Amino acid sequence: MTSIPTQREYVNFFQVKKGFLSWITTHDHKRIALLYFYTVCTFFVVAFILGLLMRLELIAPGKTLFEAQTYNQIFTLHGVIMIFLFIIPGIPAIFGNFALPMMLGAPDVSFPRVNLLSWYLYMIGGALALSTLLYGDGPADTGWTFYAPYSVRTGTNVTVAVLAAFVLGFSSILTGLNFLVTIHRMRAPGMTWFKMPLFPWALYATSWIQVLATPVVGITLLMIVAERQFGIGLFDPSLGGDPVLYQHLFWIYSHPAVYIMVLPAMGLVSETIPVFVKKSIFGYKVIVYSSLAIAFIGYFVWGHHMYTSGMSSAARIIFSVLTFIVAIPSAVKVFNWVSTLYKGSIDIKTPLLYSLAFIFQFTIGGLTGLVVGALATDIHVHDTYFVVGHFHYVMFGGTGFAFIGAIHYYFPKIWGRMYNIKWANIGFTFLFIGFNLVYFPMLVLGIMGMPRRYYDYLPEFTTPNVISTIGSWVMALGLIIVIVNLINGHKGAKASNNPWGSVTLDWTHTDSPPTLYNFDETPVVTRGPYDYKNYEEYLSETSKNR
Amino acid sequence: MSTPSITHEHSEHFDAYGKKLGMWLFLFTEVLLFGGLFIVYATYRFLNHDAFHQGSAELNLVVGAINTAILLTSSLTVALSITAIQKGDSKKAFNLIIITIIFALAFLVNKYFEWYAKYEHGLFPGMEHFKELSHGESQFFFLYFFMTGLHAIHVIVGAVLLGVIAYFIKKGTVNKDRYIYLENGGLYWHLVDVIWIYLFPLFYLII
Amino acid sequence: MSEDHNGHVVDYKFNILVWIDLLIFTIITIEVAQFDLQDLTVIMALLVASVKTFLVGSYFMHLKFENKFMQAIVIGVAVLFVLVLILLFSDYLFFK
Repeated sequence: MTSIPTQREYVNFFQVKKGFLSWITTHDHKRIALLYFYTVCTFFVVAFILGLLMRLELIAPGKTLFEAQTYNQIFTLHGVIMIFLFIIPGIPAIFGNFALPMMLGAPDVSFPRVNLLSWYLYMIGGALALSTLLYGDGPADTGWTFYAPYSVRTGTNVTVAVLAAFVLGFSSILTGLNFLVTIHRMRAPGMTWFKMPLFPWALYATSWIQVLATPVVGITLLMIVAERQFGIGLFDPSLGGDPVLYQHLFWIYSHPAVYIMVLPAMGLVSETIPVFVKKSIFGYKVIVYSSLAIAFIGYFVWGHHMYTSGMSSAARIIFSVLTFIVAIPSAVKVFNWVSTLYKGSIDIKTPLLYSLAFIFQFTIGGLTGLVVGALATDIHVHDTYFVVGHFHYVMFGGTGFAFIGAIHYYFPKIWGRMYNIKWANIGFTFLFIGFNLVYFPMLVLGIMGMPRRYYDYLPEFTTPNVISTIGSWVMALGLIIVIVNLINGHKGAKASNNPWGSVTLDWTHTDSPPTLYNFDETPVVTRGPYDYKNYEEYLSETSKNR
Repeated sequence: MSTPSITHEHSEHFDAYGKKLGMWLFLFTEVLLFGGLFIVYATYRFLNHDAFHQGSAELNLVVGAINTAILLTSSLTVALSITAIQKGDSKKAFNLIIITIIFALAFLVNKYFEWYAKYEHGLFPGMEHFKELSHGESQFFFLYFFMTGLHAIHVIVGAVLLGVIAYFIKKGTVNKDRYIYLENGGLYWHLVDVIWIYLFPLFYLII
Repeated sequence: MSEDHNGHVVDYKFNILVWIDLLIFTIITIEVAQFDLQDLTVIMALLVASVKTFLVGSYFMHLKFENKFMQAIVIGVAVLFVLVLILLFSDYLFFK
């Protein structure tokens, strides 16, 4: 691990131009990544607080703080913000934007101005979503899934919420489009497809989903607006419509969307593990093919959200079979990560802790996914807390932890400083314990029969609910420690160009913080992406040439 | 190694293929956007076949056919303009784009009269006669207005885009050696044509 | 410059021939629709529309002269959409 701090004088991307205006009109992928970073994290905190409020309501049966309607609005907004403003954009728009060009040896993405437009659309969508708090009957109370016919009939601000999602979808599409062209066209000389690191591969698979699936939900949401305005019978059964058709259209996007959420996170795990075991990833090609397989098969499993909706038995069986098939490549990746750890020179730093937590929590999430994916068991747990536990294990325990881990991983590269590792690990510990305290009881509650999206519950469900709520406070404490520690990290010790000792281009050939165009000259790639043979020699060579 | 300066000239390699790839990807999003509507159409036509049949009979086949011919011809003119620019004939390319835009406007004028006729009969979403329709027929007409309406918006966007490109041709920014913007504008226009190629038989020809 | 455009020129005459074909297929699809073919009506309509799309895509949009990757993704998207439609109909066709 090199600890040669950079001595040379240079201008980093922060210093190139200063002032608020230079930031919001930037074309620099690194600045755009940071614009996303601050806004995404803000929305995350807002939605996290909504989650804490939900847990507070559920600490005891009966009304604790809120009326039923208010509770419904809280969980709807929680879902809308977390999904459309945090998890879907999060890793691609922040770490994809920041690191992808550098990992490819490129000076920027293919369409820098479109990149900026993506962020503008993100902000507009976010503003629209939050605006629903300010007027009329308040934010939507339909759940983030906006199921018809309730979404068509309720007086709450569904139209604006849905338009917010539409705008955010457009933002997501443009990011995906940008990354696809970037990966195709801007790899450095010598970087063939199979010399590309796994995070770009993950973003590649994700981007195809963003481009191809998002438009379907876009048009579906427009149809909800139209039905609300014109009273046609598209989805409302009392007007001759089919509400299950809405569910089909909604999940045709929203299932692939969960792969948009998790594939980039998996890419990050694939990046961090080799760095902290100083060993090449086990089964590089298999991970590539698994990512592509997940993206492809993921288009054909949406019906598993609808087993109890009244679909034909034929459809249910087909979707269940396909669902079990799509689980295979994900499991394969877990085996590959664990195999990479085996006999590696393991250096337990904060990013690795988050990746290990990802593997543990994603596995639980994945296994519980099989329970909901199987027809017979799903009948029992559909719309119960089992599902809530399942998806939080994958989305939060998986993607969320990978996200926080990525902040800790890229922190020195972005800001050229190092945070306090001891406190980072303490924060992690509280988060990890708190997270499992919140969500494991939910798996139990679901099997016991507690339904989701209710502000009240039967007294026999009390104990696990109390544990879960206390867990949310432990989690909140962890989050506070993490955030404070990272903020303090800005004034921490200066970091070298490559404190973790990675052999990928984003670490070996760039400064911390990087210059405007990332590289002094376009690197020529001759090594594989995780070639740790004689890495110490290689790293001191590349540092010397800075 | 010398210290790089802030005004480091970064050679921006003009990547026409990348821009073309970007446009194709954007076209895919349009296909899936309309695709969602075609899915709704397919479902309700399957469930309400007779109502769709009746609804189709109310549409004016002649106007629909003329509009189809107009769009197909406009696709021809835009394709010809690319041939022209490749041969270095910027003037011809410009003229062909202008003709394409004129065809686009003709299409929109036809559409306006078509819609207005329906509106006059109260056959528009939200109006009285519409409310009296059977469920299947109201779904048919809603889809008709929504899909041809969304398509018309794309015709307008396409026409504006072509207008901007025409300006670039006149200015010389789009020329024999660099005509990717014309190509991309053409691609977008052809997609607008393709969508109508499917809309026409599905709405006008359920006989 | 040669990598910017594949440079393949579709001459004026060829474009016009394609256009004439498109008009002919339009007439065909209108004529065929006059006969009541029951379920076959929609199949015929979609078939002819797809042929016209193939012509517009291959020649007007120059796909025939693009590289394999470009052709593959266009076909891929079409296949994806059709598969989704088929999967959706596994619900409606077999619904009791």
